Amino acid sequence: MRTLILCMVLLLGALPAGAVEPRERLADPALEARARTISGELRCLVCQNESIDESGADLAHDIRILVRERLTAGDTDAQTIQAVVNRYGAFVLLKPPVEPATYVLWFGPPTLVLAGLVGTAIWLHRRQAAPADTAPLTSDESRRLAGLLRDNEG
Amino acid sequence: MKRIVYLLPLALFFVLVGYFLISLRPGHDTHELPSAMLQKPAPSFDLADLGDDNKLALAGLKGHPVIVNFFASWCVPCRIEHPLLMRLSQQDHLPLYGVAYKDKPEDAARLLATYGDPFRQVGLDQDGRVGLDFGVYGVPETYVIDANGIIRKRFVGPLTAEAVEKDLMPLLKQLEPSS
Repeated sequence: MRTLILCMVLLLGALPAGAVEPRERLADPALEARARTISGELRCLVCQNESIDESGADLAHDIRILVRERLTAGDTDAQTIQAVVNRYGAFVLLKPPVEPATYVLWFGPPTLVLAGLVGTAIWLHRRQAAPADTAPLTSDESRRLAGLLRDNEG
Repeated sequence: MKRIVYLLPLALFFVLVGYFLISLRPGHDTHELPSAMLQKPAPSFDLADLGDDNKLALAGLKGHPVIVNFFASWCVPCRIEHPLLMRLSQQDHLPLYGVAYKDKPEDAARLLATYGDPFRQVGLDQDGRVGLDFGVYGVPETYVIDANGIIRKRFVGPLTAEAVEKDLMPLLKQLEPSS
């Protein structure tokens, strides 16, 4: 039982590791935390849907080192990210920037949903409005209808 | 008006077909990324030479257009393009320079001894730092740098005879009209 509890406690401690190797880590915990945040936002170009923080690829390792070098040298987060973007292009950003080239990406889906909603609203409105176009029965017609119904019952 | 609305799905379908035609065309690699370094000055480098004491430095290459090829002995696609590089250097006398990316000097030397050395000079980039500066994300990659040190073209993956014919040769001709 004690072994089991020990195992579980150890497992809990093992969760948030990522791919960052111990020798990559910076001594300063604040800098290291910034490096981890930045790494989580940068795409690994070899395994394209992983961030460099998660990826075990060689290139991801190199970029993690580059990020830490820049931070140690006193760069801001934005400058560090820019240094990587300068080399690899905006594609390395897992969250793409809002710029003319990405307008379709950012605003396309909401626009489609909006167009769908407006279309549905128009359609529903028309369907409700349609019966109002038919004129109400004249007194003559109502009398005939009542007669028909009576015949049917009888 | 109504008819136009009915034609909308068909129009959307054709847009999709167009997209697929473009992105699924033969020879198109979805993993190939546009280079952020195109038309920008090549990052400066100063690499230890494989073999002798000279250095392979960007400053020494300026003055005429050059082709810089990142390769490695451990890289399989590099073997595929190797015969083509040999042809380009021996028949076309192109100014090819090699950068051994994350490779041990003895391994790179053995590769060039076995399969031939198409390069005028080979620099050693053992920690991949120069590759990182260039935005290399997998060897082989080939860069065309003009006389002023501006990156004019990048080829990702092994060079093909087709790419050489269609892109590389015309570009070199344009960069050096006298030859």
